[in-house]
Amino acid sequence: MTATAANNLKVSQDDVEHIAQLSRLTVPASEREKFTEQFNQILNYADILEHIDTAGIQPTAHVLPVSNVFREDIVKPGSALEEVLANAPAVHNDGFKVPRVIE
Amino acid sequence: MELYRLTAHEAHDKLVKKEISSVELTEALYKRIEETEPKVKAYVTLDKENALAQAAAVDAAIAAGKEIAPLAGVPGAIKDNISTKGLRTTCSSKMLANMVPIYDAHVIKKLRQAETIFLGKTNMDEFAMGSTTETSFFGPTHNPWNLELIPGGSSGGSAAAVAAGEALWSLGSDTGGSIRQPASFNGCVGIKPTYGRVSRYGCVAFASSLDQIGPITRDVTDAALVLNCISGKDAMDATSLDVPVPDFTKALVADVKGLRIGLPAEFYGEGTARVVKDELDKAVEIYKKLGAEIVPVSLPHTKYAVITYYIIAPAEASANLARFDGVRYGYRSQQATSAPEMTTQSRTEGFGLEVRRRIMLGTYVLSSGYYDAYYKKAMQVRTLICQDYAEAFKKCDVLLTPTSPVPAYKIDSQMDPLSIYMLDVTTIPVNMAGLPGISLPCGFADGLPIGMQLIGRALDEATVLRAAYTFEQATEFHKVYAKLGGKD
Amino acid sequence: MTRYITVIGLEVHAELKTKTKAFCSCSTAFGSRPNTHVCPVCTGMPGALPVLNKQVVEFALRAALALNCRINKFNKFDRKNYFYPDLAKGYQISQFDQPICEHGYIDINVEGEEKRIGITRIHMEEDAGKLVHSGATISTSDFSAVDYNRAGVPLIEIVSEPDMRSAEEARAYMESLKAILEYTDVCDCKMQEGSLRCDANISIMPVGAKEFGTRAEIKNLNSFRALVRAIEYEVERQKEILEDGGHVVQETRTWDDVNGVTLSMRSKEEAHDYRYFPEPDLVPIQLDDAWIERVRSELPELPGARQARLVKSFGLPEYDAGQIVSSKAMADYFDAAAATAKDAKGVANWLLGDVSAFLNSENIGIEDFKVAPAHLAELVNLIKDGVLSSKLAKKVFGELLKEDASPKALVEKLGLQQVSDEGAIAALVDEAIAANPQSVADYKAGKDKAIGFLVGQIMKKSRGKANPGLVQKLLKERLQ
Repeated sequence: MTATAANNLKVSQDDVEHIAQLSRLTVPASEREKFTEQFNQILNYADILEHIDTAGIQPTAHVLPVSNVFREDIVKPGSALEEVLANAPAVHNDGFKVPRVIE
Repeated sequence: MELYRLTAHEAHDKLVKKEISSVELTEALYKRIEETEPKVKAYVTLDKENALAQAAAVDAAIAAGKEIAPLAGVPGAIKDNISTKGLRTTCSSKMLANMVPIYDAHVIKKLRQAETIFLGKTNMDEFAMGSTTETSFFGPTHNPWNLELIPGGSSGGSAAAVAAGEALWSLGSDTGGSIRQPASFNGCVGIKPTYGRVSRYGCVAFASSLDQIGPITRDVTDAALVLNCISGKDAMDATSLDVPVPDFTKALVADVKGLRIGLPAEFYGEGTARVVKDELDKAVEIYKKLGAEIVPVSLPHTKYAVITYYIIAPAEASANLARFDGVRYGYRSQQATSAPEMTTQSRTEGFGLEVRRRIMLGTYVLSSGYYDAYYKKAMQVRTLICQDYAEAFKKCDVLLTPTSPVPAYKIDSQMDPLSIYMLDVTTIPVNMAGLPGISLPCGFADGLPIGMQLIGRALDEATVLRAAYTFEQATEFHKVYAKLGGKD
Repeated sequence: MTRYITVIGLEVHAELKTKTKAFCSCSTAFGSRPNTHVCPVCTGMPGALPVLNKQVVEFALRAALALNCRINKFNKFDRKNYFYPDLAKGYQISQFDQPICEHGYIDINVEGEEKRIGITRIHMEEDAGKLVHSGATISTSDFSAVDYNRAGVPLIEIVSEPDMRSAEEARAYMESLKAILEYTDVCDCKMQEGSLRCDANISIMPVGAKEFGTRAEIKNLNSFRALVRAIEYEVERQKEILEDGGHVVQETRTWDDVNGVTLSMRSKEEAHDYRYFPEPDLVPIQLDDAWIERVRSELPELPGARQARLVKSFGLPEYDAGQIVSSKAMADYFDAAAATAKDAKGVANWLLGDVSAFLNSENIGIEDFKVAPAHLAELVNLIKDGVLSSKLAKKVFGELLKEDASPKALVEKLGLQQVSDEGAIAALVDEAIAANPQSVADYKAGKDKAIGFLVGQIMKKSRGKANPGLVQKLLKERLQ
């Protein structure tokens, strides 16, 4: 099993930009071409899935047949405020401080 | 024998007989770490002060005539994606380089109750995404059998630490082979338990429907002991199974007479290296001699497993890693002037290339217009893979396969991502089907350990352990030590 | 000029009244110090996992049945992926393609006309945290602070069909929905605190058109008044656009209550792609008939049934009964008072009259009304028994508002009981006849009105305590 070259372009560099944006990431310009190529390589390989007939096959989201796992509605003490904020990059008035929310 | 070479159960016997103290043992481990760690780089963080304090407490308990648990006072190492309260847990990522968790993972709570010793946190592929431990922000771990080689991954640090004598046992996590493959590359025993056997609470999620925590040890007995300690229902993990946990040491019986061992043809094909096949062939002969029945079986959807996994796991990961937004913890880029920009920059700077690749792959396969073609299709193929195993287990009790199609390879091999993914073909289907799998040493090729994998029915770790234990008792592979050779 | 039809659908978020959050054991208490009801789960710490609170399913099921929905026995949760600082995990645990129920309805009544409004679906999900902005508004703030106390509080989202055709219908739907959620005790429905929130999808189309117009989604409607005003404003806005030959843009807008306008939230909004997929950390929920029927059997009397009962058992007018049952607390108060009142209609009149006026002036709900139902009943009984005139009763009511006590005791203490002693009143009548010969003459000459003046004089003399009926009777006898 060896990987085939990315001869079929499923996603363009612009598509990669869009996917990055949805993921709240950026692909640095220096990486973009190679990244896109490897991305396409993986997606092209996924074409082998087209060979399987999955009509009527139930998707497996959970591998074991378990249902109805619940917790009772009983309050337990949460974390102490100083613990909650201990790893925070910035704090303001007991809250996690973030820069302006609207761009 | 050097104390750092002991198995956990040997160490326990010596502690109980008061031949050694836990402090002595723990100090011997830290001394060894001091000597070999510059070459191996198995650890991200050491916790000597707390480890020695815990060792002293166990010694006091022994001195007071108290009965101690099997792992009490026995030093081990924890993969750095398992949350340890007050001890930095980085997932080998810049994103979490300074993260000190405020809570213990369920397995850590259980191990603390058992009064075991945590030497430190081990290196891994960043967020467990990789099979080489090269994607770590802290640099690669080196294979103790040949320092120029990868230790495998993602639990490479956990396996290398056990192999190098830097820990008697360790915990890893396995999403697509991340316990078993490094165990095989390092001549260790590693178990991925049945999905749901061990609580995932506190294991930083990579792919939630596939992740399981499990032990990496020097022999099968130790694997059973650690598994005993960490298994069982946890109210904090809805996917942990509410079923009785057997005493796995009861399964350590050297007897495979009449056991039906299935050999799936798909795992012995052209993708598997000659040297690996040779050692597996010998292992099959040993099992035959021991009285096992060898059955040919087929798992026809094996060839789809890799891409199916590389759709499902990144999809889940894309959501699991969305919490790393620079708001509550972790790395925050200081340049940004708005919150969205802050999040984008923090994630771009805080995650390595492979993690970003998988997040984007996962985002893509879930995105509008592609969900059915990729994610839904993959979930359907997952059903077919599960059915393959159900069929096979009608004909046999365990499956025997190579753990990895190849032995350990060179650090910085410059392989493209897909070629690396392809090498996970032997371990991935086991996660997809949620089954228990163990890797144990079955031979050597060019001085490198070769691992074999035994796969069992869901919740039937006992049969897997029995088959592994029987093989181990009949062979000497687990008694060979890594020499820390090669130049580095 | 073209005439238009307004089309409205509502998406209502109701916070469930559980003690703990949907997926962790943190308290749902409102109004605490920031980040003090949180834990690794609801702050999305690495490695933390959700476990579903059973009460969430119980409450959702109760609401579903009360809203006449068809229950889906197989339920699963999904992850809805988007980034926002108040969303700790970077996804919201919600239900996507298999919600707990579908195909329900509410019957509303606007100006005497019955109408059925469809409910498309109800699903369970979790709330997000809260952003506290450094400035007056989000856009004028240099920074914000995130508080996760509300993060993970369970919600149900109730999505209606686009069946409403006016602001009045939307208001009636919202009022009925609120009443049902209160009756079933699944939500405390405090719109000001955000425990009941409403978004409106509004479009208009020319009369006779076959397809709905492009809709705008209006957010931030946190009162009935805001809902009505926003719809009225939005309809006018869209009309103007169409009249000018333009096109309505499909977008999310926010209601600015101060300026009475809707504003576009488009700023730099990306196209949403929530990438829903099944939540792997939670297992499915299987509801069986036994569970569903148990919840159904435990449903309380709902507003519609209660209204019918008040009409039938107490003879209340339909409208009055409707007014009373629109608030569960009011209806409970009514039932409690009516239990010991000799005149249930009297109780209803007091509740819809003086009591409501008082509550409005104080801006409080009947839950906070200090006068015990038994005392209001007693007051009504005192009138019925002729002990108090309605005028005196108002005086007693005024005293009750100051200090809740037995009206009987108050009447005695203040010496307010009506004088119905014939002898005492007769003396007053004679005195008035003697003092007002002109009026007597007028009355005898056929001016019936003159008697009113005489009654007034007597009441004044008795300081309002004389039984007016008796005064009339004795006067007429004397003047015969």
